[in-house]
Formats: sequence, C-alpha cells, structure tokens
Amino acid sequence: MKSRNLLLSHVEVPGIDGLDGYMKHGGYDTLKKALKSMSPDAVVEEVKKSGLRGRGGAGFPTGMKWSFLAKPEGVPRYLVCNADESEPGTFKDRYLMEKIPHLLIEGMILSSYALGANQSFIYIRGEFMYVLNILEKAIAEAYAKGLLGKNILGSGYDLDLVVTPGGGAYICGEETALLESLEGKRGNPRIKPPFPAVKGLWGCPTVVNNVETIAAVVPIVSEGGEAYASIGIGRSTGTKLISACGNLARPGVYEIELGLSVEEFIYGDDYCRGIAQGKKLKACVPGGSSVPILPHYLVTKTAAGENRLMTYESLAEGGFESGSMLGSGGFIVFDEDQCIVRNTWNFARFYSHESCGQCSPCREGTGWMEKVLNRLEHGKGQMHDIDLLADINKKIEGNTICPLGDAAAWPVAAAIRHFREEFEWHVTHPDEAQSRNFGLITQAALA
Amino acid sequence: MSHHSQPTYDPNETITFSPALTEEMKAVVAQFPEGKTKSALLRLLHLVQREFGWVSVPAMDQVAAFLNIQPIEVYEVATFYTMFHLQPVGKHVLEVCRTGPCMLVGSDSLIDHFEKKLNIKVGETTEDGLFTLKTVECLGGCGYGPLLQCKNRFHEHLTLEKADALLEQYKNGEIQ
Amino acid sequence: MVKVTIDGIDVEVEPGTSILNAARKIGGDAVPPAMCYYSKLPGTGGKCRTCLVEVAAGSAADPRPMPKLVASCSTPVADGMVVNNKTSERVHQNRGGVVEFLLANHPLDCPVCDQAGECHLQDLGYEHGSAKTRYEEDRRTFDPIDIGNKIKLHMNRCILCYRCVFVANQLTDKRVHGVLHRGEHAEISTYIENAIENDFSGNMIDVCPVGALTDKTFRFKSRVWFLKPMEAERNCEKCSGKAVAWMFGGEIYRVTARKDKYGEIEEIDGKTGWLCNDCRFDHKDAKDWNIVGPRVVNRQSVISQGKYVTNIEKPVKRIS
Repeated sequence: MKSRNLLLSHVEVPGIDGLDGYMKHGGYDTLKKALKSMSPDAVVEEVKKSGLRGRGGAGFPTGMKWSFLAKPEGVPRYLVCNADESEPGTFKDRYLMEKIPHLLIEGMILSSYALGANQSFIYIRGEFMYVLNILEKAIAEAYAKGLLGKNILGSGYDLDLVVTPGGGAYICGEETALLESLEGKRGNPRIKPPFPAVKGLWGCPTVVNNVETIAAVVPIVSEGGEAYASIGIGRSTGTKLISACGNLARPGVYEIELGLSVEEFIYGDDYCRGIAQGKKLKACVPGGSSVPILPHYLVTKTAAGENRLMTYESLAEGGFESGSMLGSGGFIVFDEDQCIVRNTWNFARFYSHESCGQCSPCREGTGWMEKVLNRLEHGKGQMHDIDLLADINKKIEGNTICPLGDAAAWPVAAAIRHFREEFEWHVTHPDEAQSRNFGLITQAALA
Repeated sequence: MSHHSQPTYDPNETITFSPALTEEMKAVVAQFPEGKTKSALLRLLHLVQREFGWVSVPAMDQVAAFLNIQPIEVYEVATFYTMFHLQPVGKHVLEVCRTGPCMLVGSDSLIDHFEKKLNIKVGETTEDGLFTLKTVECLGGCGYGPLLQCKNRFHEHLTLEKADALLEQYKNGEIQ
Repeated sequence: MVKVTIDGIDVEVEPGTSILNAARKIGGDAVPPAMCYYSKLPGTGGKCRTCLVEVAAGSAADPRPMPKLVASCSTPVADGMVVNNKTSERVHQNRGGVVEFLLANHPLDCPVCDQAGECHLQDLGYEHGSAKTRYEEDRRTFDPIDIGNKIKLHMNRCILCYRCVFVANQLTDKRVHGVLHRGEHAEISTYIENAIENDFSGNMIDVCPVGALTDKTFRFKSRVWFLKPMEAERNCEKCSGKAVAWMFGGEIYRVTARKDKYGEIEEIDGKTGWLCNDCRFDHKDAKDWNIVGPRVVNRQSVISQGKYVTNIEKPVKRIS
C-alpha cells in the first residue's frame, strides 16, 4: 500500500513550482494561520509534539534542538537551512527544492517565526546553482506577495531570506563547517563547545536544519503535531523522503510513512520494484554512504529474524554488528555482480577527498585507508592489510573534530565485518581482481 | 617530488571586471549585514568563474579588494572548494560523477569512454580547447546516474550513445 | 572554583578552564601532550588530537562518562568531573594512534632537521609512538621553500597545527600565508610567491612544534644540544628585548624567545614575550646583548647534555 504524502502530495501538479500554483493548492495557508493565531512558542510546541527528527542524517529531535537556542536580549538569532545535500546516495532535498520550492520557503518563514529570527539563510551546495536560481525566483515571488520582508501579511513580523551557494565540499553539510562557509571561509568544522545554538553564524545563536526537516514543519503546523506523530512507529514519526539508487528497477525519490517494511520498499510496485535486470540483491546501504553496509540476509530481516522496517530504530536493530542506520535516507542497493571491495575503496576515496584536513586522524587516516583499499582492489594487497584497515578505522572513529571521521570509518568496518572473504579473495586472486569487470555495466547494457 | 602549488601567474597582469559583473557583485554583497560581507566570497568566486571560465590570481586579488580582505583569505577559500578552476580550462568542462552510486550504474565505463573519445585523460583539455574532462565526487543525482555536470546543467541517465550525442551537441553549439 | 580530578589528583580551577589547563595546574604525568594548542594564541587547539583524554564522569550533577575521548585543550571542566589521562589504557591506545597518523607522512629526517633535540613530535613519538611504522605508502612530499628571507618552510614536516597562521593573524597586520587546499593535500603556503615580511614573523618559528619553520640565519650551523642557552637582554623598542641567546663559546648562534616547560613563549612583565625580528635575526653579536646567565634547562632534555661540548667558555656577563 502506498504511503500518505505530506511533502510531495502535489509534486506532480503542473505549475506547483510557482507561487500561484502553490497557493492554489493550499500553499501559505499554514503560514497565514500561524501568523494570525499562533505564538512563536505555540509553533515550537507543535514541532515538539510531532516528534520530528532531523532529516539530514543524525535524526536529532528538531523540537529539542529548537529549544536549545539561546535567546539573549539584543542579539540577533539565525535560522540556516542546510541544503548542502552531498551524502552519496542522497538526492531528496534537490528534488524537493526543484519541484516545490515554495514548500521550503513556507517552512523557512514558519520556522524563523517560531525561533524569532529576522534573517534566515539557505546554504545550498554550489553544484545546485540551477536550484539556487529556482529558489531565488520563488523568494522574489514571495517578497512581491508580502510573504517575506517587512510586516509579513500584516503580522508585524519581519523576515529576510537569502540563498547562498557553497563551492564543492561535502564537509559543509556538517553544521559548523556550513556556518564557516557561510561566513566566507574554508569549511573547517568548528571545535565544539560552543554549539551553534549558543554561538553560530557570526557568533550569534543559530539553528541549522535540513531542507526536509524545515519543509516538514509546514504539514506539522497545518495538521497539528499530534496528527503528524500518529504516523509512523514509536519514535520514528511522520513521513520521510527516501532517495533510492544503485541497481534498482525504479530508482528515485519516494515519500514513505516511517514503518514501511524494507521488503515492500525494495520490491513493492509503488516503490523500487526490485533489483534491476532481474538480478539478486547482494547488499544495501540504507542511509547514505556513511552508514554500515548490510549483506542481503540482513536487509529485509534483522538478525533476530524480524521484519526490518524503514524506521530509525529497526534499521539500527542489532547495532553495528548486524544493523545499520536510517541516516539521510540515501538508500543504495547493490546487485549480485557488484564488488564490495571496489565500492569500499570508492567510498574511502570519497571521504579522503572530502576531508577538510584539519584534524590529524581524519586527514591522515582517510588518505591511508584509501591507499590500502586501492592496493587491495587492484590486486596488490596482503592479508595483513585487512586487519590494518580495521585497526586504522578504530583509531579514527570517535577521535575527530566532526563526524566525518566516523562516516569514513564505519563503511570500511562494516564491509570487512560482513564481506571479509571478498577482501581475502582480492589478496589470494590478484590477477582476477585486476582483470575482472565487477559491476561495471557493459557497453551493450549501458546502451 | 611534488611541489608547492603555485599558480602560473604574472604579477603585472591585471584584470577588469565588467560594469555588469561589478553590479551583480554589489547586489550579492548587499544581501549580508554590514561588516559581514565576507560571506559573499563564494558567490563572488562563482560569478568570476562564470565570467572568465576560471579563477585567476588577479581575479582573486580583485575580489579581495572588493571585499576589503587580504588576498590570502581568498586563496585559502578558492583552493578549499573543488568547484573553482584555478587553471584555465576548456570551453566546456565535463564533470563526471565517480562516486559509489554512479559507479554502480557504470560511471567508470563512462569516464573511460570520454577519455577515448576525446583522446585526453581526466584532468586534461582537448587540443582544440573545447573540452576539459574532470571527475568529481557525488553530485547529488545518484538515482539518475551515470551523470555529469557541465556549467549549471546536469546530464543524467547517460548511456554511451547519449554521451556521444551530448559531445556533438556541445561541439555544434546546440548547447552553450 | 570547581573541583576536577585528573588521574586521581584533585585540583580546583576557575569555571571555564579547559581540562588541559587544569592538568597543567597539577603538572607532571597528569598533563596531556599538546601539539596544536598554544595558550598564548587564542583560538588554537582541537586539531592535532594528541591531548585526547577520557572523561569518566562528566560532572557531579551528571556523573555519566562521556562516550568519546575529548580534546582536553578545548573541553571545559565541570565541577566534579573525573578525567583519566596517563591512567587510561584507552587514552594510551588512541594517543598512539594519533602519533602514528602524525608520523604517517612525516619524513623522519631528524638527522638533517634543525629542530632535532627540541622537536615536540620527536618527544611525542618517543613517549607514545611505536618503534616500527605500518605505513607502506608513498609519503607526500614538497620542496622546501623560503617564505621571506629569514624563514624556511619544510612542508614535509608540518603537522598542520595552524599555530603559525594564528601568529600571523594575531601579531601581524597583514597575513600573507595560510592553509591552502584541503584534506591530505592541505599545505601551509603563500600560494603566490610572497615573502612574509613583518617585524614579528619570526615568532612563527618559535611556535612551530616541528621543523617545518626554521630560522634561516641558524640553518645547519649547529645542533641545538651543542649550544648553551643563555638568558640575554637588550633594549628594544619593538619587543621586550628579553630572549635566549644560544651560544657556543662567546659566539651567539641563534636567538629565540624564552620558552616554558610546555614549549610556549613565557610571559615577560605580564605579557607574552614575543620577540621581534630585529632581536631574533639581526643581533648575533654577543656585544649587542647583556648575557644575564644560563637558562634553566630540563634535566631530561637533550639540550642539557652539555657533555658533547668540550670548549664551552664561561658566559660573559656584560652590563650595558
């Protein structure tokens, strides 16, 4: 059965990307209601009641994050939207912003109002310059309609909204690196404490939220936090955008009710419709490249034999031994012909490329892992390299300034945990490891 | 032995920003509160790259002067972010995504194909100056791979045939 | 005041003090090593991760342990906090890991490095490192370059502590060098050919924990342990004029600022004793200085091994 849509319900409606089309389908009604009849604290209260958790990957309760915001007198506070979507496997925010930009803008106004911010920013990755243009057009429309600027809809509330681009750096998805970048600096994550809620943008209290999180504030305020919380299971409330990719028959962005079974998501007709080209499932990275890979026998069932569900808890069931994470919702599926060593090397290369280089475990450790994995993948590895890798990632994990170190370490650890024999095979069969064409689509197939 | 990355650069070379570019730069700077205009830096570098195709030292120096910051503050930012071309590039820069999800659907073959077809290696520019081939990390289009970006445009669901057709379109000027 | 326990030793410090500075108040083995933190340069720290410690209890109010090791230089204490440094096997293991990372791309060229004998990375490697390397990959290399006519940059040896960038930001009015590129390609550089010319740029050499920035006027002149460090003074309009003259016989080989037991420049008359370039580079004649007397040197330091020197003269005491 197909899930209810709260964010994407009108995404296929022609003209929904423009202000008129958006308003014709109830757009900005929620904002009008809130500005007319709700105090900022009442908005915060609904978000708390909704149980909404950060949709960028960490899953931290949004209402709680908002309540940490310091509110000293006479100091501006800021809301910054994290649209630096860069986690491999994740392309949901781009879809949302491109298709229905006003939903994000309405969410930004509502959230800024709730937090008492009078200037807010959307920081979007530089590669999405065309999306930035879409957002700027939508913002201009909103200003012209009195939905932004001074005295919004006669409420007395003022808000300026600015979109600003990054320049090609995954690390700027980390909220303090994002703030550094937004200040026109290198994207080096800050040493915490202090946290952004106390000292964020330009030293002022700041909340940084993901695009989807902010968009979800609109249906939450519209329907009420309790109604939102009634969707889902336990602490996984509401709907979630899942971007599905890899070897799937029908990859794409899907809005699901949290609690949908993984089996239904991969094989269901309303979703991905199984593995491409009728092949078999080999493995799955369910929450973006940073989260542990699951071998096929742990994807749809947990180690205890229970059905695996698309929730924060169920995907993490079994801990890192036999579970993974919902993360950003970047759902990457591997078919039977894919090489786990090659993919692990590819991800390690990504993290090494994206390390800011500030702290030594990440700067040196990610580069080291990449080199060892490169050798292994290309038939130049030795058995002890596998244990070396496992040890390097233990020395990185938890010891870095920001979570990029963990994000780089986890995929390597999980790949060795579940696919050790494939690493060993690369050592014992160096010639085959070099000559075979694992997972690369042939020219005929690609054509 | 590798060397310190020093750009090729003539200290006497100057560069002129057109009035239109300068106006656009001013508008970007005006988006930020007084005293916080350094925040405009990344956007300004994008504008400069759009205008000149790449980001040269004199251009960075001029951006520094425009924002009233030291040139090193621009260099350290421009070298941190991978989108900025710090060397001259071809008319069209093909930036092919090479990260996991794209690799699963054939980006390696696609990159090989471009190398053969254009007769250059990744990082090089064709002799006619028309194409530069680069590989990049995840472009955030994982469900539509393999894909590449050229200026503001994404070209998705690429096959070898589509890739060939795309090169032709760029060569003929059908896509600017 | 709040009470903190580090390796079983109690200490009372001002609220907001970092764990590292609380440990320094105790002294001895309780003090974690610090390669990037520099108390005289606000904003430094957090980067090298050598000062990671285990927080066994967060505070009296919330005695739960912190799940991860924390950088002691940038984590503030709380009343009732319990910290393990030397006494924690986990700290020992992970600090060893950090040292291995710092040495992974380090050239280990101590025999030809001017910093040998006063190198914090050498000390750290000796204390926490392993005798063998597991790093089999090619090391990243750079050519040594001049940054200004008095300072040599050996990027190969750099551990990217950022201290020299903070010096340029905080002591000079126009920074021309910084950290360029990123990840394992990050490097200290001026990008374009540019000389760091500033009255206080030489302090970058003193704050550098390794041999990445060295004094060109002293390069290859002598190993530091053959020299006798003497407290020296001169009248200087730019700085305190209070320095250490490194002497061989009656000859001054080099001039540095005065450093404390953590390798940081000492306070002189309530201010950090930054040395101007004039004093550092341009006054190598013993007649220019009033040599006050020998500098106290740590007994464990190789510099105290004066036995190599056979013809050292008595310091000349001069009254100017």
